Formats: sequence, structure tokens, C-alpha cells
Amino acid sequence: MNTRRLGGLILKESMQILRDPSALGIAFVLPLFLLLLFGYGVSLNAEHVPVGVVVEHPNPQTEPFVATLRRSRYFDVRPLRSLGEARTAMARREIGSFVWLRGDFARQTLGDGPASIGVVVNGVDANTARLVQGYLTQSWQIWLAQLQQQQQAGTAAFPVAMQPRIWFNPALRSRDYLVPGLIAVIMTLIGALLTALVVAREWERGTMEALMASPVTMAEILVGKLLPYFVLGMGGMALSVVLAQTVFAVPLRGSLLVLIGVSALYLLVALGMGLLISSVARNQFVAGQIAVVVTFLPAFILSGFIFDLRSMPLVIQIITHILPARYFVSSLQTVFLAGNVWPVILPDAAVLAAMAAFFFGVTLWRSHKRLD
Amino acid sequence: MAEPGLAPALRFEAVSKSFGAFRRRVAALRDLTLTVPAARITGLLGPDAAGKTTLLRLAAGLLRPDAGRVEVLGLDSAREAARIQRRIGYMPQRFGLYEDLTVQQNLDLYARLQGLPPAQRLARYAELLRLTALGPFGDRRAGKLSGGMKQKLGLACALLRIPDLLLLDEPTVGVDPISRRELWAIIAGLRDRGVTVLVSTAYLDETEHCDAVVLLDAGGLLAHGAPAAMAAELGGRCFAVRHPSLDRRALQQRLLMLPGVVDARLEGTGVRALLAAGAAPPTAEGMDWRPAAPKFADVFVDRLHARRPRRAPQAIGPAAAGDDGPVLHVAGLNRFFGAFQAVRDVSFDVLRGEVFGLLGANGAGKTTTFRMLCGLLPASSGELRVAGQDLRTAPAEARARIGYVAQRFALYGNLSVAQNLAFFAAAYGLRGARLRARLDWAEAEFELGPFLAMNAADIPLGFKQRLALACALLHAPPILFLDEPTSGVDPLARSEFWQRINQYAAAGTTVLVTTHFMDEAEYCDRLVLMSQGSVLAAGTPAAVRARAARPELPDPTMEEAFIGLIGAHEASLRRAA
Repeated sequence: MNTRRLGGLILKESMQILRDPSALGIAFVLPLFLLLLFGYGVSLNAEHVPVGVVVEHPNPQTEPFVATLRRSRYFDVRPLRSLGEARTAMARREIGSFVWLRGDFARQTLGDGPASIGVVVNGVDANTARLVQGYLTQSWQIWLAQLQQQQQAGTAAFPVAMQPRIWFNPALRSRDYLVPGLIAVIMTLIGALLTALVVAREWERGTMEALMASPVTMAEILVGKLLPYFVLGMGGMALSVVLAQTVFAVPLRGSLLVLIGVSALYLLVALGMGLLISSVARNQFVAGQIAVVVTFLPAFILSGFIFDLRSMPLVIQIITHILPARYFVSSLQTVFLAGNVWPVILPDAAVLAAMAAFFFGVTLWRSHKRLD
Repeated sequence: MAEPGLAPALRFEAVSKSFGAFRRRVAALRDLTLTVPAARITGLLGPDAAGKTTLLRLAAGLLRPDAGRVEVLGLDSAREAARIQRRIGYMPQRFGLYEDLTVQQNLDLYARLQGLPPAQRLARYAELLRLTALGPFGDRRAGKLSGGMKQKLGLACALLRIPDLLLLDEPTVGVDPISRRELWAIIAGLRDRGVTVLVSTAYLDETEHCDAVVLLDAGGLLAHGAPAAMAAELGGRCFAVRHPSLDRRALQQRLLMLPGVVDARLEGTGVRALLAAGAAPPTAEGMDWRPAAPKFADVFVDRLHARRPRRAPQAIGPAAAGDDGPVLHVAGLNRFFGAFQAVRDVSFDVLRGEVFGLLGANGAGKTTTFRMLCGLLPASSGELRVAGQDLRTAPAEARARIGYVAQRFALYGNLSVAQNLAFFAAAYGLRGARLRARLDWAEAEFELGPFLAMNAADIPLGFKQRLALACALLHAPPILFLDEPTSGVDPLARSEFWQRINQYAAAGTTVLVTTHFMDEAEYCDRLVLMSQGSVLAAGTPAAVRARAARPELPDPTMEEAFIGLIGAHEASLRRAA
């Protein structure tokens, strides 16, 4: 490898990045946008969910239950007078669920059999429906416990009491695991999408043909692309980490060094994929499409960044194992929220290293300094 | 052709090369054997899809032959491409420049890539910038240069380390005459230093700069030799024909219908005719036949004519240029882009049935003017009437009367020829019997039948041009706008194209055309010559040529007139500044 030629290529690429608004956009503006969007806009927690409460006969037994719901930060209570009114509100999407305390609720609680509470949840948004169902059950248990205390009954209705502790993300803030996962998405954008686009652009504009007819070797062309975008990708990661720490107060429990190491490995995989795509697709439109479908969307949807992999169908779960983003997201979330958990990080890193080697191998094998 | 004592620079032995797969496999070169002498300029000519680019890419080691052997500077191109690439300079058809880098940064990059030692760089830059006259533009981004400047920069990048063999793929396409001259001066200077140059071109007149010419057709060698010697073989077959009463276009059509006439094209004040071998000048009424010196353009037509049938000429009546007022009226037209004035105070009128040309160098403002005339761009100020409609108040009505062929033919490449025609017919609102009749007309008139089911992207360039013209004429518009319709199209297709245009003009269609081929200016009834946004000269081609006549150049060609007038105009601007 001739350092003078390589230096020329790297200098050229860096200059183009600095001059090209679209490259800077993908490298810095888009990450910033995604970070702000996911940091502030997207929350997977259900809070202030409008819930209707239909109390057919308000009385001293029903009042504490409604008060419990009111106190909860998960719900905004809308009192309703009848079942019909509740149905209408549900259909209009004014409420996502409602609780129905029947007219004979008070009598039932005093009777022998169990008193029944009707809970109706709009199942269109299955995820929120499940969350709301859980919260409602929780509220009902709290109310029951209070009821027992008041009655000073000697025997508890429940012989077992739950003492919940939530580890790694005690506040259950979805932002704390979304923001680290976002780093994977951003590095995929820079490594795979941007790289595939810029190489395809060289084919489109005919500059690749001129490069190939010069004494430059194929390895020099590849490394000349790799190094500048590696630096850019690590810059994108640094930006994300700084924002995560300062603006979003996401903890970093593992070491920064481990984070950098795993990120560098993943970035190499992404660059390998980008270069491989560009050796197949020689125009920007096709290269962009392939990069989005093969690298970006999987990194978004199938990496465990937003959706839990274990709740996916088995076939999809198996597919996720060939996606590099899966291993990176798992390591990222571990390093940020749990710490240097080597049994997670080392296997992930090993898989990423193997994948990087694979993609570079195939790219080198496929790239010829010829047009046919 | 090889000179005694000098090994040939390039040797093709029975080389074949095909592209594509299965049924769409197309042979680019078939069993080609060729030797290119060292330290000479060899021109590479041929119609579209003749295999010129493939030949150059094989020589640059960018392609491997399917069969046969390519030897470059004594090295085998399949096995020793890396060693070849250290000794050649190559300029692909599309510049190969980085448009977002400056002129100087492009030079720096290629200097490093070609391994030019830093100590030699400054001297080399200075020389190349002087040769290309790009010195004042060192800090300008390559993307902001004019077409001619880009080509010169591309050439400079290929020449940083003086190569043993220089391969140039159509370096002068889309370049104005002044820049073309400069490019050829640089190339000639290289030969004097012992560099072998192989250059492909679409301009037949450029063969005068070449020591030898290779004529390809359909991947095979059609002719190879010194252009002057090849032209001399046509002695006694070329004539300048005049007629006292017929206008030039009518005379040309009449000549094409005479037996024994291979080709007739407009030149100067008359028509140039090429006769078949052994044919005597026909003694037709009133025509004045004078022998003319054969040129390479005659050789090209003669050799290719034998291989493909020519379109049957159509009889055209007397010119229908009416006196029913101007069809197109432009007065005091101005257009600003920010503070920059792209078009300044342009005025002209075009009459019915006229072929009117808009000529000028790159950046002269002809495309901007054109777009305003088509209603694609609003004028900053001035008067614009198309077929009696004011473009400012009734743009839709004016546009319905226009047929438009865009630069590079705006066709849908992945739709078939028939689908393209159907789409444009629908876009113009044709229906029922009229739709059927117009589609049948287009198919027959442009001989598109064999290609109807093929994708528009896959048909030869000459047919793409026909298809684009067919689409523009489906609604039978009274006015036809053509924006560089012949760019990149080979000379035979161009000549046929102009015959069609003449025919439509004679039938009453008004045609407005931009071109940078100066010989095509001869096909216009009248033209304006633009430079830096202003009209420099207007009138008939003969009048414009006469304006540039000087004692030492009494009968300038259109190209010489163009260079002279623009040079004088720019000098006067400098004096005024």
C-alpha cells in the first residue's frame, strides 16, 4: 500500500465530507434529530392514560377505589355516568379503557361471594392495552390492601405479599434504554448507508472509472473510503454518548473504554456491509434502498432496540441472530445500564469481530479493479 | 501503419467483448484486430454503439477481453493491468472529476494517485494551468466550471505525469468551438513529446488533427488509415451544388432523390453532394455542379452508407414561410438569477415554418432563454408571445401548442417504446380515433416498429432521439422546441434528423433549436448567436458568416465565424471594463 496515494484518497474523501451537506446531514443532523426524537418524543411508558370510571351507585365502598385511581400517575380519571356513555367515549377514542362498578357492587362486597369489577380495555393498541390492564390490576390490589388495613381484619386475604425491586433501570424510564440503542442505529446510518451512497456516487459520476485507470490499487481505494467514515462514525457515537450523558442523564455504568471498543467493532461491520453493498449496486438509488432494507431497518426493528426479541415469533428470533445490530444493542444496553458484564459483552464482541472479518473478506474478494 | 523502428503502442489481436447476460447479451467488439502506432494521434470514430468506449476501456485495462489479446505498451492487458495503468493517462467520457473539490484539489489528488514526486508538482501545475488557461480558477470548485473548462481540467488531471499512452473518450463532446481548439492544441503538443494518443470523437472535422483514423462500426473495423489518404480516394465524387431558384433545403431534398447521389448536406451557400463510385453528376435542370475537395466526413458517410440503408427522402414543397406575423415574438427579454444576469435584452421574431437556431458557447444563456420560451422559467422582464398567446397570462394555452424535446431525451427508460408513446399521447389528451391515427403515424414516420416492445433505455441512441421527437409531435403542435437534440448522436443519425426537421418546417411547423454543432447552424433559416447573455449576431447563416469575414479569412465557416465574433465581443467587454 502506497502511503502517498492513500493519503491523497483520504484527504479527498475528508474534503468531500466537509463540503457535502448531505454527508454532514446523515452524520450529524440525522443523529441529533433521532436522539431528540427518542429522548423527548418517544416514550414506551404509559402515563396519564385517560380512563373512564362508571360508578352506577356511588357509595362509601366505591369512593376509595376511585380515589386510588385518581392518585395514580398512570391515569387521568374521567367520571362517567352510564355504560352507554362509556361505550361512546371508547368508540371516539376519548378513553382507552374504563372501569365499571355495577350498582350492586357495595352489596357484593358485603356478601359471601367475590365482588366483581368490570374492566374494559381498547385492544387496538395491544401494547398499551396490556400495560393499562396491569396498572389497573395493581391499583385494585393497593385498594384491597388499604381496605384490609381499615377493617383491621386479623387474617389477610393474601398470605403472600409482593416486594418488587426493579434493577438496572429503577425508574423504568424507557429513554434510558432507547438512547443507548440509538447509537446502533446512528452507526448503521453512517457506516452502511452513507458509505454505500458515496461509493455509488463515484460510480454514477464516473470518478470511479478515472480512479481505476490510475495506478491506485483496489485495497487503497477501499481503505481510503474506510478510514474517513470510521472517524465520522466514531464522531457520531461520541456525539450520542455526550448527549445521552448530559441532556438525557442516561447513566453509563460500564467503562467508556469497553463502550468504545464494542462500538468500533460494530462500526467495522457496518462499513463492511456498506462497501459490500456498493460493490453490488452502482447507483445511489439502489444502494440506498438496499442499505435501508438490509441494514437500517433491521437495526431499528429487529435489534432489540425498541421491540423485545424474546416476544417475537421463533422464525424472526432465529433471523435476528444473523443481524449484527442485535449483538451491538445487547452490549450497548448492558454497558450503559448494567456495567461491564463480560459474559454478555465478550460473546457479542466475538460475533461482531467475526462478522467484520467476513464482510471485509467478501468485499475484497468481490472487488476487482475492472468495470466488468 | 507502424513507423519503421517504432513498436506499436497498442495491439488488438482478434479481440471480442460482449456485455449483458442471456438473451440481452450484446456484442460490443467482434473479432477486432488493430495496431495503433506509437507517438501519433489516432482518432477513433464510428456511429453509436460501434464499440469505441469498450475499445478504450480494454486498452486502459478496465475490461478483460472475452477472446483474443490486448497488448498495451508491450504489456498484456489482462495480466499486467497494474503496470499498464502506471504508464497511461485515461480520461473517461464523464470527466472523472470531483465536482465538490476545487480545481487545485483535483490536481493535487491525481498528482498523488499518479505518484508525481512533490518536487515536480509546482512546475507541472504551472504548465498545465497555463496550457488549459485555468490558472485564474484554481480555487473554483470543479462543479462550477463550464463544460469546456471541465474537459480541460479532466485532461490536465490525466496529464500530470506525462503518460506514454493517452486514452481520451470523446473529450470534446458538449464543448464549445473555442474550448475544442484549445483541447486539440494541448493534444498536438503531447504528440511532439512522443506521447501516443488514442482519442474517440463524434466530430468528423476533428480528424484533421489526427495522423490516423480508425473507423469502427458494430464492433468491427471498417477502415483504418490516414484521413487525408482516405479522403483522396473519393476524388471526383464530391461536388458543391447550387441552384438559381431553389432554396438550399429544397435543393438538398431533390438531390437526395436523384440516382447515384449517396449523400447531400448543406454547406456554405450551397449543398454538398457525394456521388456513388462511378456515377457521373446527373444533368438535372438548372443545377450547377462544381467539384469539391473530399473531406473525411464524406469518407464516413460513404463507408457507412454501404452498410445500412438510408431513409427514403421525402419530397418537400416550396418553403411555407408565411407572412402572417411572427409565431414567436421576443422583445427586451431579461432574466436575473440573484444579482447575476443570465439573459440581457434579447429580442427576436420567428416566422411560421422557419427553422430558427439559438447558438452559443456553454453558459451563453441559450438554455435559459429556451426555458423562458417554453414557459418553464418566468422571465424577469420583457415580452414573450408564443403563437399569439402571452406566456405570462396564458401559459397553459401557449404550452399546448408547443412540442418539446429536452436535452438527453426525457423518456421513461424502463417503459417500452409503445408505452412511452401511449403515455405522452395521454398526457396531451389524445383520445379515440385521433389517438390511434397519431400513434400509427408516429410508428410509421419514425420506423419504430421493430422496437415497440423494447424498453426505451435499451434502444440505440439514434432511435431514442426519434422516439423523443415522435413523443413531442404526437399532438401535432405548430411549434417545436428542440434543446440540443443531436448531442451525442452520430453523424448519420444527425443528418437524417435534420432531413426530418426540414420536412416538418416545410409543412409549416415552426422549429426553434439550440445546438453547439456549428455545422448544424447551416440548417437554420435564421439564427441568433449568443454570448454572455446577449445577442451577438442575428440573421441568416450566410449573413452571420459574412459579418465575421476579414481580409485574411474571406469565407469563414460557421465555426470560424463563431470564434471570431465571440473573441471580438469578449475583447470589447474587457475594454469597456
